Amino acid sequence: MSAPNPAVAKAVNVDTVAKAQENPDVKQPYLELGMTEDEYLRVREILGRRPSSSELAMYSVMWSEHCSYKSSKVHLRQFGEKAPKTAALLVGPGENAGVVDVGEGLAVTFKIESHNHPSYVEPHQGAATGVGGIVRDILTMGARPIGVMDPLRFGPADAPDTARVLPGVVSGIGGYGNCLGVPNIGGEIVFDPCYLGNPLVNALCVGVMRADEIKLAKAPGPGNQVILFGARTGGDGIGGASVLASATFDEDGPAKRPSVQVGDPFMEKVLIECCLEIFAADLVVGIQDLGAAGLTCSTTELAAAGTGGMDVRLDRAPLRDSTLTPEEVLMSESQERMMAVVEPAKVEDFLAVCEKWDVTATVLGEVTDSGRLRMWWHGELIVDVPPRTLAHEGPVYNRPYQRPEWQDALEADAPTPERLKRPADADELRETLLRLVGSPNLADKTWAVEQYDHRVQGNTVLGHGEDSGMVRLDAALPGTSLGVALATDGNGRFAKLDPYHGAQLALAEAYRNVAATGARPLAVTDCLNFGSPEDPDVMWQFAEACRGLADACLELGTPVTGGNVSFYNQTGDVNIHPTPVVGVLGVIDDVDRRIRSAFEREGEILLLLGDTRDEFGGSEWAHEVHGHLGGRPPRVDLPREKVLAEVLIAGSRDGMLSAAHDLSDGGLAQTVVESCLRGGHGARLVLPETDADGQPLDPFVALFSESAGRAVVAVPRSEELRFTDMCVARGLPVARVGVVDGAALEVQGQFTVELEELRAVHTAPFRKLFGHTVVDA
Amino acid sequence: MPARIGVVTFPGTLDDQQALRAAAAVGAEPVKLWHRDKDLHQVDAVVLPGGFSYGDYLRAGAIARFSPVMDTIIDAARGGLPVLGICNGFQVLCEAHLLEGAMIRNGDLHFINRDVTLRIENTRTAWTSDYEPGAEAVIPIKNVDGRFVADERTLDALEAEGRVLARYVSDDNQHGVGNNQHSVGNPNGSLRDIAGICNAAGNVVGLMPHPEYAIDDLTGPYPGPGTDGLPFFTSILKSLVSA
Repeated sequence: MSAPNPAVAKAVNVDTVAKAQENPDVKQPYLELGMTEDEYLRVREILGRRPSSSELAMYSVMWSEHCSYKSSKVHLRQFGEKAPKTAALLVGPGENAGVVDVGEGLAVTFKIESHNHPSYVEPHQGAATGVGGIVRDILTMGARPIGVMDPLRFGPADAPDTARVLPGVVSGIGGYGNCLGVPNIGGEIVFDPCYLGNPLVNALCVGVMRADEIKLAKAPGPGNQVILFGARTGGDGIGGASVLASATFDEDGPAKRPSVQVGDPFMEKVLIECCLEIFAADLVVGIQDLGAAGLTCSTTELAAAGTGGMDVRLDRAPLRDSTLTPEEVLMSESQERMMAVVEPAKVEDFLAVCEKWDVTATVLGEVTDSGRLRMWWHGELIVDVPPRTLAHEGPVYNRPYQRPEWQDALEADAPTPERLKRPADADELRETLLRLVGSPNLADKTWAVEQYDHRVQGNTVLGHGEDSGMVRLDAALPGTSLGVALATDGNGRFAKLDPYHGAQLALAEAYRNVAATGARPLAVTDCLNFGSPEDPDVMWQFAEACRGLADACLELGTPVTGGNVSFYNQTGDVNIHPTPVVGVLGVIDDVDRRIRSAFEREGEILLLLGDTRDEFGGSEWAHEVHGHLGGRPPRVDLPREKVLAEVLIAGSRDGMLSAAHDLSDGGLAQTVVESCLRGGHGARLVLPETDADGQPLDPFVALFSESAGRAVVAVPRSEELRFTDMCVARGLPVARVGVVDGAALEVQGQFTVELEELRAVHTAPFRKLFGHTVVDA
Repeated sequence: MPARIGVVTFPGTLDDQQALRAAAAVGAEPVKLWHRDKDLHQVDAVVLPGGFSYGDYLRAGAIARFSPVMDTIIDAARGGLPVLGICNGFQVLCEAHLLEGAMIRNGDLHFINRDVTLRIENTRTAWTSDYEPGAEAVIPIKNVDGRFVADERTLDALEAEGRVLARYVSDDNQHGVGNNQHSVGNPNGSLRDIAGICNAAGNVVGLMPHPEYAIDDLTGPYPGPGTDGLPFFTSILKSLVSA
């Protein structure tokens, strides 16, 4: 006698809408699915009965923090309310990604997302599927993905767990991204003890399309067919959104590995080409990728944004595992799947393109005007819900928040010379410079980033190590010189000291980085990484960061076009630093005019733009040398950032600049070292002797302060006067600080370091820390 | 009529567009070839570009070698059609037994994307005649299975017959793992620093680095020169014109 077929057994046991009506009092596992009792009762109220188990699964994922933004919504509204008016914004927050008009009939879409929790549980797959997910978001808008970036945060570089997490994350990003053929053009790697139990793995993708070819996630037109295509649905990532992303790691908790998705980049690569061919032939009226909450999310969002109804034969979904229950099929976060809405007359052509690319495609159902999302499983109705209640009418929480009690003490603990010992003489200054240049946060990241393909597609104009990544938009308009630049920044230490200004500093730095390469900043995407929203301290940090960012976006004229909130980044009682990672997109009319950070020509003049003050709160020096965090972050001056950006862009456009590099972590010293090493030329530095207020400027402050709104540029002697005149005319402080010269960095009157020594110190840490690790998919 | 250079797209191919761009850059007519189509559409030469054909399942290039288009290309190559296999394309040529040896995982087991310096050892092939003998060229490498291996007898034969096309050489800016077997510039532990080989007739060439990504200063290797890969494409164009 053969064993009973589990699939058949489960089909018999499946909970249906009829059963939900017949047995109203069945106890349901809403708590295990991450729902509160109030939320469960609300579902019963909406449906007028208890939900079927499939419906319960759907509400639990769609109303999870990750999918519903229930704790953040009230604060995120500001990004719309305070958005600067710009004609460039074609699609704002709410769609899969924002879209901006970049001219020449082209539109660019970009977005950043987090994949923090999966990457801690399973670093390689977590990071890999983070790339896969954001690339599908961009593809869904109708765009060809043309670049990815990965801002990363880890625990201390020498912590044993970092040796597990970092190499896995890097190999995951490379292993997946390289196979997709989307160049990796930038990112960050930052270490801090606060991320030890909760690393941050954010992923940004940018894509380009013709402005008249934007696709939206909607399902209009009754009778239109709903087609699921791409990979088969498996048992991986079930409950990923609700169980993993929306709950805190707990040392004693159950192993969460089954909630991490497993990716197949080859399938995604084929899916990209298949979709682009489908778009080019105009075969869809709506499209949505399957990311968090899988089929649940795609069907409800498409239906809610369309005519309002959809009928789905769920059992038609091709499965990798025939024993999956309908609840599992609905919750699975199997990767590389898409859902399209196709007019009946075009279904045949649609399926033919899928067949050409060997992509499995299945008609699951059709659009209706019933206002209901209904699903059947082997003939039985298992779901019958109003889709808007899942997608748009979830719970909204105005969580309590208050300024943490410890905030005043933190602010009062300023890094004064009395509190933190500063280098006293030239030898100690030299030693400090080498210490910082060779610290994990400021060290050369080549070991990691050369595991990413930054060249594929052949349009990468600037890559890793430059102030921003830059790609030519040739993929959508062959022969064009138009390009976009992207930079991401986010200093968690600054945000911890002052979340309002910390978020503004993140924006200001990314904005400055984009301008330093010659591109005009246009729009913003943000990934807001915070601790538990149920902690009023964290909620205050979040509220302040949102307010700061929205205010600064308005001031700088760069709207937030979309992004992502990641809460519950804590392990036990330890919250991460509030870490708003901000991505800025800029446009450059002629990529030939891009500016590199390298000092390339002997004899060129080095100019320091902006004001330097004694600002060490949250600085790399205080962190690395003293393990100290306290005081105030650097002062924010947004009008100054604007002027600085205008000067940098004009300098690039008019051919006055040979190099430009922003000042941030590590101050002037780090900036000059990086530009020297990239160009293979030394520099003679003459430190400015007075600060912005005419007060004497200590050499230590001149070298290592992290005052914002500054950059160093190299100009040919013939351009010096024209350039400084422009700065003066615009009210931007400019000081001649040296000349490109020789094979050493000489700080006049202080010390000299050979480039060879700098290079050795700068490149050693990553190879030493991670060079021996061997990780494979 | 300009020479027609065909570039094959397999599912998972990544560098086809760039190979087409390189062909166009030297004045050839780029022609797209599809893996399921046995017809070569009267091309005068073929590039098998880089990527992860069929996901590189089983082994890199192992499945692509059995695709319909390869049936035709294998026959044509034996008949003298110039074929350049770059990266994954080199792996396909090895799997197809048009070239000897095999590629295994890089020495440090990581994907490596880096600009490397090559010495062009054989400038008599259809794909390298525009280089000066012994010329050095800065060309990007980007792969994870890039380590060329073969048995000693094969390696000796490749050397003796002048079929080592290009070798990795040291450069000040590189920090590969140098030891008594490899030069410091060898990024992946390829035996005898071999970066590329050719068949006896010189029409079939396999190369791990990517000359198609070194065709202009804007996007090519930095700090440059950015155009050291162009001679692969000017060479084939000239050899086709003079043929």
